[in-house]
Amino acid sequence: MKEIVVVSGKGGTGKTSVSASFAALASDKVIADCDVDAADLHLVLAPRELRREPFVGGLRARISEDACMRCGRCEESCRFDAIEAPASGGADAYSVDPFACEGCGVCEFVCPAGAVVMEEVQSGELFVSESRLGPFVHAKLGIAEENSGKLVTTVRKEARKVADEGGLDTILVDGSPGIGCPVIASLTGASLAVVVTEPTLSGLHDLKRVCEVAETLRTSAAVCVNKWDLNPDVADAIGEWCDGKGLPMLGRVPYDSSVTDAQVEGVSVVEHSEGPAATAIRSIWDAVVGILNGDTEAA
Amino acid sequence: MPTFRRDLPSSRAVRRTDLATSSESSSIRPSSLMRVAVASGKGGTGKTTVATSLAGELASRGEKVAYIDCDVEAPNGHIFMRPSITASMPVEVPVPLFDDAKCTGCGKCCEVCRFNALACLKDRVLAFHELCHGCGACSMVCPAGAVTETTRSIGLVESGTAGAVDFLGGKLSVGEPMATPVIRALLKRMPEDGVAVLDAPPGASCPVVETISSADLVLLVAEPTPFGLNDLAIAVETVRKLGVPAGVVVNRSGAGDGRLVEYCAREGLPVLAVIPDDRKIAEAYARGVMPAHVHDEFARIIGRLAGAVLSEGVGIGAA
Repeated sequence: MKEIVVVSGKGGTGKTSVSASFAALASDKVIADCDVDAADLHLVLAPRELRREPFVGGLRARISEDACMRCGRCEESCRFDAIEAPASGGADAYSVDPFACEGCGVCEFVCPAGAVVMEEVQSGELFVSESRLGPFVHAKLGIAEENSGKLVTTVRKEARKVADEGGLDTILVDGSPGIGCPVIASLTGASLAVVVTEPTLSGLHDLKRVCEVAETLRTSAAVCVNKWDLNPDVADAIGEWCDGKGLPMLGRVPYDSSVTDAQVEGVSVVEHSEGPAATAIRSIWDAVVGILNGDTEAA
Repeated sequence: MPTFRRDLPSSRAVRRTDLATSSESSSIRPSSLMRVAVASGKGGTGKTTVATSLAGELASRGEKVAYIDCDVEAPNGHIFMRPSITASMPVEVPVPLFDDAKCTGCGKCCEVCRFNALACLKDRVLAFHELCHGCGACSMVCPAGAVTETTRSIGLVESGTAGAVDFLGGKLSVGEPMATPVIRALLKRMPEDGVAVLDAPPGASCPVVETISSADLVLLVAEPTPFGLNDLAIAVETVRKLGVPAGVVVNRSGAGDGRLVEYCAREGLPVLAVIPDDRKIAEAYARGVMPAHVHDEFARIIGRLAGAVLSEGVGIGAA
C-alpha cells in the first residue's frame, strides 16, 4: 500500500489542484482529503455520499447551574481561561467558554459538588463517497472546533480500510498548509510527501520548514514548483536547495491560466486541457510513480 | 460607507465587556487600541500581502501601528517587513515530570489524561510531551506525589521594529503540533494603544480561532475562484460564530468568476477593497518586495482600505 501525501508549508501553492490531477492520472486508488477545516477537493470530484459518521474530537465541560456551589475552584484550576465567573453580586453559576475549553477534565476533578460533567463533543463528520475519479474519503471539521489532527488520522484510517476492502494499492492524500498537528497527522507513516511549492521567498521559507517536519517523521519527500516562471531565480534557488538536501525535484509547472479555468469548470487540470501546466503535471506524476517503484531515490 | 455585520455576541465578545480587571487576558482591549485581523480560510489569497501593506500604510499616516505575525507555523511577514529584532523569548509550556522512585504504578495519571500523552508501565510512566496540553491533571491526581511540573520550549516570540511599525512575530518549533500556545504568547504582548494588525494563519481551526477571537474587526482576503469562495464561506461562519465584525478584500479580481462577489452581496458582507489579478503584483511578492512600493494602483487601493479601517475604528472605539 503506497500513501502519497501532498503538502506545502505555505498555503495557496496548488496542493488541491495537483492532488486533483494526480487523482485523474492514478489508477486503483483511494482519494482522501485531509485538509479538514477548509476542504476543497470535493469541488473537483463531485462525490456521491455513501455514508457519513459523526466525529467526536474530544470532551467539553458543562457546569450544572443547580449543583454549582459558586466556590470558584474550577476557575482557579483551569489553565485555559475557559471558566467564566458569574458577574459579581449575581446569583449565576460558573460557566464554561466552549471555544476555550480543551476538555482536560481538571474542573471536574476539583469540583467539590460534582457539578461538572465532561460531555463528548461531535466536532465534525467523516464521509465515505464514490466520486467520478474513484473512492473518496473526506471530512468536515465543525466551525471553530479543534482536534483537526485527530480527524485527519480518522480520514487516513478510513481510507486505508476502503483501500483494503477494494484491493486498491494507492492512497492519494490532499493535505493542509502549515506544519502543525493536521500536517503531522497527515505525514506520519506516509510513503511519500509530495511538497508543492511556489517560486517566492515565502514559499521557499515554508518549504524548508515542512521538509524538516517530513525529515523528523522519517517520511520521504520530493518537491515540485508550481507557477515557476513567476520568478525563475527563486525557482532555481529552490532547485539548488533541494539538490543540497538530496530531495528529488519532480518538476516545475508554469504559471498557466488553465489551472484556474479548470477549477471554475470543476475538473482537474489534466482533464481540462493539454496545455503547459497539464503537460508538466503529467510529467510530475510520472516522476512520483518512478520514485514509488524504486526507480529513483527519495530522501 | 457600508456597515459591518455585527452578529450575535459569542461568549468571548461578552467577556470583553464584562471582565474589566484582568490584564492577563488578551480579550480585554483598552478603548484606544484597535485590533484588525487579516484572515482568509483559503491559503495563499494574500493575507500577508494585505496585512504588511496595511501596517505600512497606517504608519505612513502617522498612526501607531503594530504588525503581529500570528501564522507561527509558516511565518512570512518578516520577509516583507524586514524587522530589526531586539528581543527574542522562548515560549514555554508546562509538562509533567515523573519521579520513578515515588511512582507506585497505580495508573491514575494515565486514566485521567484526556490527550493520550501518558503511557503507564509497571513502575514508571512514559510521557509524550508533544501531546501534552499542560492541564495539570496528572500532577493533581497522583496519590504518591510522584508528579511535579516543569516547562519546555515549543517555539519563540520575537519583537522589534520595521521602520515606523512595531513588529511582533512567533515561530512554532518544527515537530511541535500545537501552534495555539505560541499565538497566545504573542497576543499577550499586544500594545496598549494604536492599531494592531494581526496576520492570521490559513484555515479555520484552532490557530485561526485563537487569532480572530482577539480582534475587533476581521478583514477576510478572498480570491474569486471556486476554492476561494468555498473557503471564504467557512471563514465567514467562523467569524460569525465568534461574533467579530468582518469585511472582505477581494484579491486577484479578474481571475475565476463572479460568484464570490455575488456571495458577498447576498450575505451583506462589505467589500472593502478589490485588488486586480496582476502578474506584476505577484512578481513583486515573489521577490519579497512590498507591492505598494512598485505598483501605484495597489498602493492606492491599500490607501483606501486603510481609510475604511480607520473610519470603522472610530465606531469600535466608542462601543
